[in-house]
Amino acid sequence: MTAALAWSDAVTAAQLFAIDPVGTGGVLVRSRAGPVRDRWVTILRAALPISQPLKHLPLHIADGRLLGGLDLNATLLAGRPVAERGLLAEADGGVLMVAMAERLPSAAAVHITAAMDAREMIVERDGLSLRMPARFGVIALDEGLDDEFAPGSLGDRLGFHVDLNDIPIREAGEFAMDRAAISAARERLSTLRTNEKQAEAMCTAAAALGIVSLRAPMLALRVACASAALSAHDEVDQDDIALAARLVLAPRALVFPQEQEPEHPEQPQEQPPSESADNDKADTDNPDLDRALDEVILAAVQAALPPDVLAALRGSSMRSRGRSQGKAGALQKSNKRGRPAGVSRGELRGGAKLNVIETLRAAAPWQPLRRREAAASGETSRPRILIRKDDFRISRFKQRTETTTIFVVDASGSAALHRLAEAKGAVELLLADCYIRRDQVALIAFRGSAAELLLPPTRSLARAKRSLAGLPGGGGTPLAAGLDAAFALSDSIRRKGQTPTVIVLTDGRANIARDGSQGRPRAEEDAINAARQLRMADITTVLVDTSPRPGASGGALAKEMGARYLTMPHADATTLSKAVLASMA
Amino acid sequence: MATAFPFSAIVGQDEMKLALIIAAVDPKVGGVLAFGDRGSGKSTAVRALATLLPKMKVVAGCRYNCDPERPAEFCDECRVRVAKGALKFAQVPVPVVDLPLGATEDRVVGALDLERALARGEKAFEPGLLARAHRGFLYIDEANLLEDHLVDLLLDVAASGENVVEREGLSIRHPARFVLVGTGNPEEGELRPQLLDRFGMSVEVKTPNDLPSRIEVVRRRDEFDSDTAAFTATWAKEETKLRKGITSARERLPSVAVPDASLERAARLCMALGTDGLRGELTLMRAARALAALEGKKAVGDEHLRRVAPSALRHRLRRNPLDDAGSSVRVDRAIAEVLG
Repeated sequence: MTAALAWSDAVTAAQLFAIDPVGTGGVLVRSRAGPVRDRWVTILRAALPISQPLKHLPLHIADGRLLGGLDLNATLLAGRPVAERGLLAEADGGVLMVAMAERLPSAAAVHITAAMDAREMIVERDGLSLRMPARFGVIALDEGLDDEFAPGSLGDRLGFHVDLNDIPIREAGEFAMDRAAISAARERLSTLRTNEKQAEAMCTAAAALGIVSLRAPMLALRVACASAALSAHDEVDQDDIALAARLVLAPRALVFPQEQEPEHPEQPQEQPPSESADNDKADTDNPDLDRALDEVILAAVQAALPPDVLAALRGSSMRSRGRSQGKAGALQKSNKRGRPAGVSRGELRGGAKLNVIETLRAAAPWQPLRRREAAASGETSRPRILIRKDDFRISRFKQRTETTTIFVVDASGSAALHRLAEAKGAVELLLADCYIRRDQVALIAFRGSAAELLLPPTRSLARAKRSLAGLPGGGGTPLAAGLDAAFALSDSIRRKGQTPTVIVLTDGRANIARDGSQGRPRAEEDAINAARQLRMADITTVLVDTSPRPGASGGALAKEMGARYLTMPHADATTLSKAVLASMA
Repeated sequence: MATAFPFSAIVGQDEMKLALIIAAVDPKVGGVLAFGDRGSGKSTAVRALATLLPKMKVVAGCRYNCDPERPAEFCDECRVRVAKGALKFAQVPVPVVDLPLGATEDRVVGALDLERALARGEKAFEPGLLARAHRGFLYIDEANLLEDHLVDLLLDVAASGENVVEREGLSIRHPARFVLVGTGNPEEGELRPQLLDRFGMSVEVKTPNDLPSRIEVVRRRDEFDSDTAAFTATWAKEETKLRKGITSARERLPSVAVPDASLERAARLCMALGTDGLRGELTLMRAARALAALEGKKAVGDEHLRRVAPSALRHRLRRNPLDDAGSSVRVDRAIAEVLG
């Protein structure tokens, strides 16, 4: 797909979204900040009715502002509780724009998705119990680089996924948005419905493309309706379905059916005969038309995928489940367990820190009542503010910053021969420790000519273990590449405010240089440089020497890395985990 | 509130649906945790439950849903009512109360009524979500993301069945027995073990992967969205049938026998799995009995144990974080061993 085509799709997405913001969920825009994205946002704004709210979500918005709660000022003035609408309720009937969505805390993402699902806000805060409508579409501007993504739960609910990263500004033409046409299309929308055949075809196509979530075909059907409304069709036709598939399904596709078996999407339908006997009607109606529609959809998706992606999808006719889960894990990387360090009611003891402002806020509404009580009981001293124990608000802190332990495992031939199995065993035991400490773990393996991120940071031990078990050994030792990968990952973890710890398991015998060329001296020099990089960045590292006779090379490398040096023979799992614990303290 | 999607119209997800119905038949089973994929209908099922359940009898005007048949558990206000004269009754829907993630503590446990304090300078207790959920369901979406101090609070109340509030010179205690229903996505973090243990049953929810079911899900959702009233009417008959099934199962429940043989099998199953404590056996027995009642059987049989064992036990296995066989597989293995 050319850049021009990608841009025109992005513009179409903006139009269709403007026609049905709630039904289509929203647009996930993956793009660096820049003129192309600015132009796209301008076009989108031109499409949205002026009367509708467009609310911007600040990244680190407080819960009170996001959800709503007690408006203290108004409450004190009015002498009765006055509720303040939160941002989500204010966006009702309009659009919520989330900038830097890749950094969106998962707690905030959950609030947004809950409101999108219920289409209303349920607020139980500050003595108030409220329900407010919250029907809005979401524009998520995801500026993530390679491994940063907007929260998956949010992306799943947004119909359009648009990537503007590869569109040069000269291709991003101006577009004269016809607001009247959009509002006419809005009028038409309610009369349009997809039929059962179309729903079936969309599901079939989604399944054939390896899309697990059922929201994708549902959203695609809504998009098809919006498309029919835009082009003033009387009913949703094939072109609308094809367009919807291209915009909604294509960006989510994980596999593409092999060309040599074009019937592939049909297969699942034929498998359960009992099922099709149940609803004969649907199957016998017009199977030809049905097949045709499937093909239309798949052709549309195919057209939307860049050739190299398509080749990759074909090459692995089914990306392994582990792989796709790995991606899902990456989507979650901004996850901080959703437990913001907030404020809670509490007692002042054990070094708890009083949050003065919140305490005053808590006390404020009760002042008239307390004054009256104080007067009634004949108290003469009149402090300006009556504060009771119940008002105390304690600042809560995260117990610790989150740690991500990155395992860098040498799976080269030299290591594989001797110790790979043992190294795997040791890593497994270390994983158990990480589980207890609730750390995240990531796994990088290097062998042959490059390093590979086998597992992006995750808390799922089962997955970590699975990727480890599936790790083959053999090939050269591109130690520098492994350390570089660890450094890059540590850096991105730091940017999220978490603490990386790197555990390298290697025999230290590098023989592949950074540029992939063979030769021990070059490779060792590169490895030393890569190790220094880790030390300079002050990243906590542990080096476990896996060679049968630990020698000078491992020790020297550890020194350059500023790493704690351990050797395998003595490093039974317990010692290892203790050492790791100690170095992280 | 928007009309909920009919419970019986949910495609597949049999384990989750069965667990929710069992909890409705016997609340003592102790809650349901549904963990699984995004967009697989977890929340839909819980919200659907609200409209499915038969109504319950309460003391009219009671803010804590007191059960007129159980005077021993009355709240303070109902005790006053009794002293004053005869109680009036009312039939109300079983509460399914949402505990939204951003909820503050005062709304969960209840606090002084702000409005009355401000306007009239009176001290009055405004019951919170725990009071509203009494005798019903308390639903936490994304339970794994709930703030720690709220989790602690819930654990405390769930264990004692009573909510105690000491604030501003008020001293209130009221019954708060509810079925905890939690949903979540394991990829967004795991649940604290203490909370996990508190759920009687835990089910794993997956998006259906066979095409006909997937098409059916999308089709029904589409029908529901485009004509909610007609869709609900179509399913009304199924819903009524299910509701009657729950009502009669509740009536039958006390008379369903639990033979010694079944008790022994349940115990052996738990031993084979090394579950901690007796909670597993109790839940297993109760769930099996509720299932037998649903099916109109007079006694619990192996078949019932077999069907409820995965939900009742899979989250109680001693954690071996490195056994990626998965708890479901381990439970299945033990079932095959013990029950043959």
